[in-house]
Amino acid sequence: METQLQPITTATPPVEMKTRLKKRRRLSERVIQGFLLLCGVISILTTLGIVFELGKESLLFFTSPQVNLWEFLTTTRWQPTIGEFGVLPLVNATLMTSFFAMLIALPLGLGSAIYLSEYATPKARSILKPILEVLAGIPTVVYGYFALTFMTPLLRGIFGQDTVEVYNTLSAGLVMGIMILPLVSSMSEDALSAVPRALKEAAYGLGATRLETAIKVVVPAALSGIIAAFILAVSRAVGETMIVAVAAGSGPAFTFNPFHSAETMTGYIARISGGDLAYDSPDYNSIFAIGLLLFTLTLFLNMVSRRLVRRFREVYE
Amino acid sequence: MRPLSVEPDSTQEKFLNRRHQVGRLWQALFLFSILVGIITLATLLFTIFNQSLGYVAIENKVDPASLSARPLEKLNKAELLTILEANLSKARLRQLNADIPLEERSTVDLYDIVIERIVDPVIVSTWSFSESLFTKPAILQEIAAKYPTARLEFKIWLNWRFITQAMSSRAELAGVRSALAGSMLLILFTILIAFPIGVGAAIYLEEYANHQSRLNRLIQTNIDNLAGVPSIVYGILGLAIFVRTLAPITSGQFLGIGADNGRTILSASLTMALLILPVLIINAQEAIRAVPGSLRQASYGLGATQWQTIWHHVLPVALPGIFTGTILAVSRAMGETAPLIIVGASTFISQSPSGPFSMFTALPIQIYNWTTRPQDQFRNIAAAAILVLLIALLSLNAIAILLRNRFTKKL
Repeated sequence: METQLQPITTATPPVEMKTRLKKRRRLSERVIQGFLLLCGVISILTTLGIVFELGKESLLFFTSPQVNLWEFLTTTRWQPTIGEFGVLPLVNATLMTSFFAMLIALPLGLGSAIYLSEYATPKARSILKPILEVLAGIPTVVYGYFALTFMTPLLRGIFGQDTVEVYNTLSAGLVMGIMILPLVSSMSEDALSAVPRALKEAAYGLGATRLETAIKVVVPAALSGIIAAFILAVSRAVGETMIVAVAAGSGPAFTFNPFHSAETMTGYIARISGGDLAYDSPDYNSIFAIGLLLFTLTLFLNMVSRRLVRRFREVYE
Repeated sequence: MRPLSVEPDSTQEKFLNRRHQVGRLWQALFLFSILVGIITLATLLFTIFNQSLGYVAIENKVDPASLSARPLEKLNKAELLTILEANLSKARLRQLNADIPLEERSTVDLYDIVIERIVDPVIVSTWSFSESLFTKPAILQEIAAKYPTARLEFKIWLNWRFITQAMSSRAELAGVRSALAGSMLLILFTILIAFPIGVGAAIYLEEYANHQSRLNRLIQTNIDNLAGVPSIVYGILGLAIFVRTLAPITSGQFLGIGADNGRTILSASLTMALLILPVLIINAQEAIRAVPGSLRQASYGLGATQWQTIWHHVLPVALPGIFTGTILAVSRAMGETAPLIIVGASTFISQSPSGPFSMFTALPIQIYNWTTRPQDQFRNIAAAAILVLLIALLSLNAIAILLRNRFTKKL
């Protein structure tokens, strides 16, 4: 950039004018550039702020006499009022809702992506894709409402009022799957359409059907992008709050029964901080410890996903 | 290789047919995946619509016929006043008079007081739109059996009164005025904070940053990663920094006004600004990247400095794209609930917020609160509030699309 800035001059201007011009312009430009850099640096400060605050309060939490890191990670009862801090029930509930969400979002998302990129005519695509994208724009609290007023009664109708509790992880998970579907679909579609035409035409030339081309050539070629989409979907499901806060129940429970209520990590944070919260109590500090767990987990998943996306871009671009 | 025969081999043909059959089956399955998404969307919208209107059974504490021979809504001011004086306790009258003297109130206002304080209609049961449509006889039977004094009324929960009325602990009297005002103010301040910073960062990264430098690469990676951090983590950050550490500033106490703690609109806006910044920056970067390089070269060629080039030539062209990206980011902030719960939007605020330092409630918070209550009426008003939120989001997105279309025409 610097070289483009130099004015091209044939005749040398008087020395004092040259320096004057240079100095004045450089100073204000520097100030502006400095301010813009500051704007960019705010993002780094945000990350540092997250890490610092979560770390600091978590440290307070783990150093408090009631809490023991080993018990935190291995015991299965979470009852801060009587000093039992085993995070496993919360983690288990998060994994269960995320699992059900993936059960819906991964196959349907990939199926939609394959249809949109390999089968749909441009006209069908221009109608179907925006409708799917509307799903991504609906606020998550609305999905929570939907889970509670539609999905749960539906499940209770199918499996029986006695088997299915009013709040349950299955209902929350299924609705979350629908919420994440557009993310999987659009990221996978990007990966699929980045596969070079030549590969597909070669497959057709060898007599493969459309399905065979899609499954045996296009999908394997786009695999790293598709896996990236899956990983990002998992990260989204783990961090999702409102659907589980509304529909999965409020009360930590260590259960593998999808019809029972169980509070997730995010649900717990939302419930505890929603009430009147005394600063520096174990309750208050515990949301930071769980927040740290959540942040670390999602950050790790996001970074893996990003790396995979970059890899398939490098291969084909 | 076998020579190709003119007559197709029957086993080969069968095999080919089978492959095509499998192909068609899977094609149907792929289409089905999309349809599941679309059908769910339709179901979701229908569920909300279905809950937002329908029959309600209302029981009056006092029969309006016993108050006046004529229908209450036809009475004039003087008649309403006599009813009030005859039926309300002295203390209550004094309280109302202290607020605004009864004589100075409008007829509509007095009518509202008569209904609210004396007639006191209570919704005892509600039905959804589809139930109202198809099972009316059953509803009538149920009312006759359970609530003999109740009358049946068709209620559209999303009405003008709902939008203009303040909060109330009773579903039929509750409205979203304060929540709507809270959301609007929240969005306004979020934009004021996030827009300049986001666009500044995007300009820096696209126009100034040397992509080899370690700092700049770090900023870019960091922004990409921040975009994936769950919103609830931003909420925790906001609670720790804006609500707690910066309480003297965010509560407005440093100006001698405002709330007594940091749970204000300003804290929430700052949190939301941090939340949408990564997405806003990424969108703005794309808009700036789309500006053709020849434009910059022409400007440099005429002797403009780098900032002059950006300010006079790059930004004007990129601006519609930046606006579109900002609106999309902001519409995400409008529907976000989790961070607001954490930074402590209150659920019961009857006054509309007056500025950055007031306590507040917001639409998504209200929806969450009403959804989690057990009574049916709250489901109905939650649905009505969702409709308000969806309409607000729809209008935001419509603006974004209009801007995008104008942008594409120009280039």
